[in-house]
Amino acid sequence: MNKFMRTMTAAAVMAMVGFAGQTMATELVVVSWGGAYTASQQNAYHAPYMKNNPGIKIINDDSAGSAVAKLRAMKQAGNTTWDLVDAVASDAMRLCDEGLVDVIDHDNALASAPDGTPASKDFGDFIVSECFIPQIVYSTTFGYRKDKVSRPMSSICDVFDLKSFPGKRALEKKPINNLEWALICDGVAPSKVYDVLGTNAGVKQALAKLDTIKSKVVWWTSGSQTPQLLADGEVVVGSTYNGRLFKLIEVDKQPVSMLWDWQVFDLDGWVVPSGTKNKAAVMKYLKFATDTQRLADQAKWISYGPTRASSAPLVGNHNSLGIPMAPHMPTDPLNAKTTLLFNYEFWADNRDDLDAKFNAWLLK
Amino acid sequence: MSTLPPYFSVPERIWHYTFWIICVSVLFFLIFPLIVIIPLSFNEVPFFTFTKKMLAFDPDGYSLQWYNDFFTNLNWQGAVRNSVFIAFFATIIATFLGTLASLGLSRPNMPYRTLLMSLLISPMIVPLIISAAGMFFFYSRIGLQGTHLGVILAHAVLGTPFVVITVTATLSGFDNNLIRASQSLGATPTTTFFKVIVPLITPGVISGALFAFVTSFDEVVVVLFVGSYRQRTIPWQMFSGIREQISPTILAAATLLIVVTIALLTTLELLRRRTERLRGVTPS
Amino acid sequence: MEKIQENIVTADGIPLKISLARAQRRSKIVAFMMVFPLLVFIVVAFIGPIADMLLLSIDNSIVKKILPKSSEALQNWDEYSGELPGEAVFAAMVDEIKKAKAAKEHTRVGQRLNYESSGFSSLFRKAGRKVTKIKTPPFKEALIKTDKRWGEIYTWQVIKQNSSSYTEGYYLAALDFKRKFSSGNIESLESKDSIYLKLFFRTIVLSSLITFLTFVIGFPLSYMLSTVSTRISNILIIFVLLPFWTSLLVRTTSWIALLQQEGVINDFLVLVGFINEEGRLAMIHNATGTVVAMTHILLPFMILPLFSVMKTIPKSYVRAAISLGAHPWKAFWKVYFPNTGAGIGAGSILVFILAIGYYITPALVGGSSGTFISNRIAYHISSSLNWGLGSAIGVILLGIVLLFFVFYDRIVGINNMKLG
Repeated sequence: MNKFMRTMTAAAVMAMVGFAGQTMATELVVVSWGGAYTASQQNAYHAPYMKNNPGIKIINDDSAGSAVAKLRAMKQAGNTTWDLVDAVASDAMRLCDEGLVDVIDHDNALASAPDGTPASKDFGDFIVSECFIPQIVYSTTFGYRKDKVSRPMSSICDVFDLKSFPGKRALEKKPINNLEWALICDGVAPSKVYDVLGTNAGVKQALAKLDTIKSKVVWWTSGSQTPQLLADGEVVVGSTYNGRLFKLIEVDKQPVSMLWDWQVFDLDGWVVPSGTKNKAAVMKYLKFATDTQRLADQAKWISYGPTRASSAPLVGNHNSLGIPMAPHMPTDPLNAKTTLLFNYEFWADNRDDLDAKFNAWLLK
Repeated sequence: MSTLPPYFSVPERIWHYTFWIICVSVLFFLIFPLIVIIPLSFNEVPFFTFTKKMLAFDPDGYSLQWYNDFFTNLNWQGAVRNSVFIAFFATIIATFLGTLASLGLSRPNMPYRTLLMSLLISPMIVPLIISAAGMFFFYSRIGLQGTHLGVILAHAVLGTPFVVITVTATLSGFDNNLIRASQSLGATPTTTFFKVIVPLITPGVISGALFAFVTSFDEVVVVLFVGSYRQRTIPWQMFSGIREQISPTILAAATLLIVVTIALLTTLELLRRRTERLRGVTPS
Repeated sequence: MEKIQENIVTADGIPLKISLARAQRRSKIVAFMMVFPLLVFIVVAFIGPIADMLLLSIDNSIVKKILPKSSEALQNWDEYSGELPGEAVFAAMVDEIKKAKAAKEHTRVGQRLNYESSGFSSLFRKAGRKVTKIKTPPFKEALIKTDKRWGEIYTWQVIKQNSSSYTEGYYLAALDFKRKFSSGNIESLESKDSIYLKLFFRTIVLSSLITFLTFVIGFPLSYMLSTVSTRISNILIIFVLLPFWTSLLVRTTSWIALLQQEGVINDFLVLVGFINEEGRLAMIHNATGTVVAMTHILLPFMILPLFSVMKTIPKSYVRAAISLGAHPWKAFWKVYFPNTGAGIGAGSILVFILAIGYYITPALVGGSSGTFISNRIAYHISSSLNWGLGSAIGVILLGIVLLFFVFYDRIVGINNMKLG
């Protein structure tokens, strides 16, 4: 009955939209992360789309931080009020696992590359889940105060070197990334990191390495904290999302430099909540917002790399600063000499366990 | 500070001044963190730091951009509207139900008074994160999560204990003979209620309603869980997007709220003096 | 006396005693009817959610719901026999994973079991991918071929021990116990792996400290407010109410600006030469930060009840004691102080309970040594999605709070609570 009603309502709404044409606006609630990131989406996707489609009004909801729990609650209530959600890849996988977001037929639903390459090929390995439409590659990496160090930092292990680089460090209050970096700096071969981390001894080894700097670590819980901590001089070096560091360095002109060594790539993209009342309108929007040009356009506003292979050559200059954006992309060859890719399978399995161990370690 | 009585001994004098210094320090401790945010809200850079330019009183170090953002950004406009709307209705519900219940609780020979009282003020006793989590689960199940009604009900629940406590406190000194006197003089129950009870409980009701209003207006944990974008209140707006950016606009919002609060408190104080005048009690 | 009363009748001829009893009953009913609407409201909108959380903390229906036949078949298997379950169990499992895969539910089982033992998430995701290819028996070998973990007795022990509708597992986890699925025994975690007990303990200790500090700081000010004229106290009370009404995030942010190494307080201390550049104090991102910021945030909740009680204590009490020869200190301590009991009680319980449930301020200024148990509740609800564990921690925390509340009720009585 409920389903029937919903279908009827949807049909009625669509009919009305069809009849009324441009006079009736469909509101699409798009959930994203807020700040400069949402602004980049607004400029690159939402604004041009609304200009071409006056019947659509896109509303930005900045609560992606709590999206996973909220989507589960909405599904339980049978009342999905969101139309599109921006999620990191690991959350997209979990949401897909729980059936909270819809499966996407990438080739049919999304635009092909200008040369005709189908979407699934253009995105390639970035489609880590059948529900996930990749949007950007971002990385979690370090920025350091260049006025507070004796020489430039060049290696991830400088973060663990309290002698040469005294002062506090900002790290995320999560095992993810920190354990990998600790192992690499403790001599584990980067290709073996996850094999080692899969054992109890490996976890112990990583935590022992982190022990050496524990007293100097400020643990952050939201990505906005590290830029603030760096600007305040509270920490000398800190990890955060590379786009935040770009803004801190280039827009806010703070004396900070990038430390790209062993940056961890992660993906961020769209998921469509199952049960959205505007499925057709959302899919139409998505076809536009994830095409080659649009993904390249986003890089004008924020230094995250487009996930389509065909978008990379189109990345131009920053919209207001006028500087070329390519050298600021995490995927730029000069920045990406040493990288890790977030290991989704490993963390899906071990997240709860390692999180418990990590928190127990924090309490010691 | 009044002049000390001449018979005070030296230690007494020293203690007297020490005491005042302590009190002034406490007042300073209370208010200083709020004063600090005012200049920071005029910051030119998006950080909560006093820049060198600011400390040198260089006009370039200051800007109105965060106020501009507050007044032009639709998210903030909606947040202000929602905050007032939600707090208003939550306060109405909490005040009405709370006052009625307090009148009942304060009647002589109310059965199970302590038990009922414990139950009614339980929303104040249960840690907020627990209430928020429980409401999040339960309201999702019954379809109230992400609705204005859900947030209003949740906030009304959180506000009722304050109303119950303040109104029962007002009534605790209430002389029931006044009702009998009124009735024996021929007043109907309605007249008695409006002419005798209402004037007496009004200060308690107002103070309780104010607590309820502020509880809702300032509440963040429950609204983050139970609310969604369409129910965004000012605190919700302050917390959303915190992963990407925490902008000094929240300080501009806070500064404006402080101004509003001072205006509100002044009005209240004037009102209070008026009622006291009307009741024939001169403020000492 | 009894007799006379029985003989008296009211105007309508009913004996007075009966009439009185009726009137009283009516009065009771009226009183109750007035309380009733709020009671219903609180029960539905508040007690309901708490009960829901209680249920969630023991609910374990996922495995049984999605794998009903396998769960039932597993009941006949002795998990300590040292042998794998029989073909029937495997057949049921393959069949049900296929069905679950179609309904996109197989990964939910994986996620649920992953909370108990790492690796189940990938096990079920993989099974979902490969199980569709299994068409004919023997299912046992076929399933083990998809992943050798299906051939381990441990895997089946975990599934069996989580296939009942209810579990005490979340509570065990919340109290730092662990079930050894290979033997069914419950063991407490080594102290180095313990999380929740330590956090509960820290939360209570820091909350008590914060309560004590608000009392020490709030008492003199409340006393002062109660001794000056109403006109002055009404102006000064604004100093108390303003922070009370300013957003939590703003006050926390302000403390970050004040306490950090390059912050206002450190700058000032360097300026006056109290410390040098290198000796800047670490007052934030540790327990100190949490305690200072929360003491400030919660101070109004101590001052307001204290003030409202102190207002009602006649000044003549102390004067009388002094004029009778008591030293002012003794007069204060023996006569005035005991009268403030209700205010201290109300203030302390309010501050303590609020403190125990805080998580936003500790998360932002507490670093690793200043976080509270509530941070873990929030984490499990909004981030790890382990709602059962989050609820169990919440219920235990609620139990602790209620214990303190009962204690408070014994000493002060909730009917004496005043807010000002």
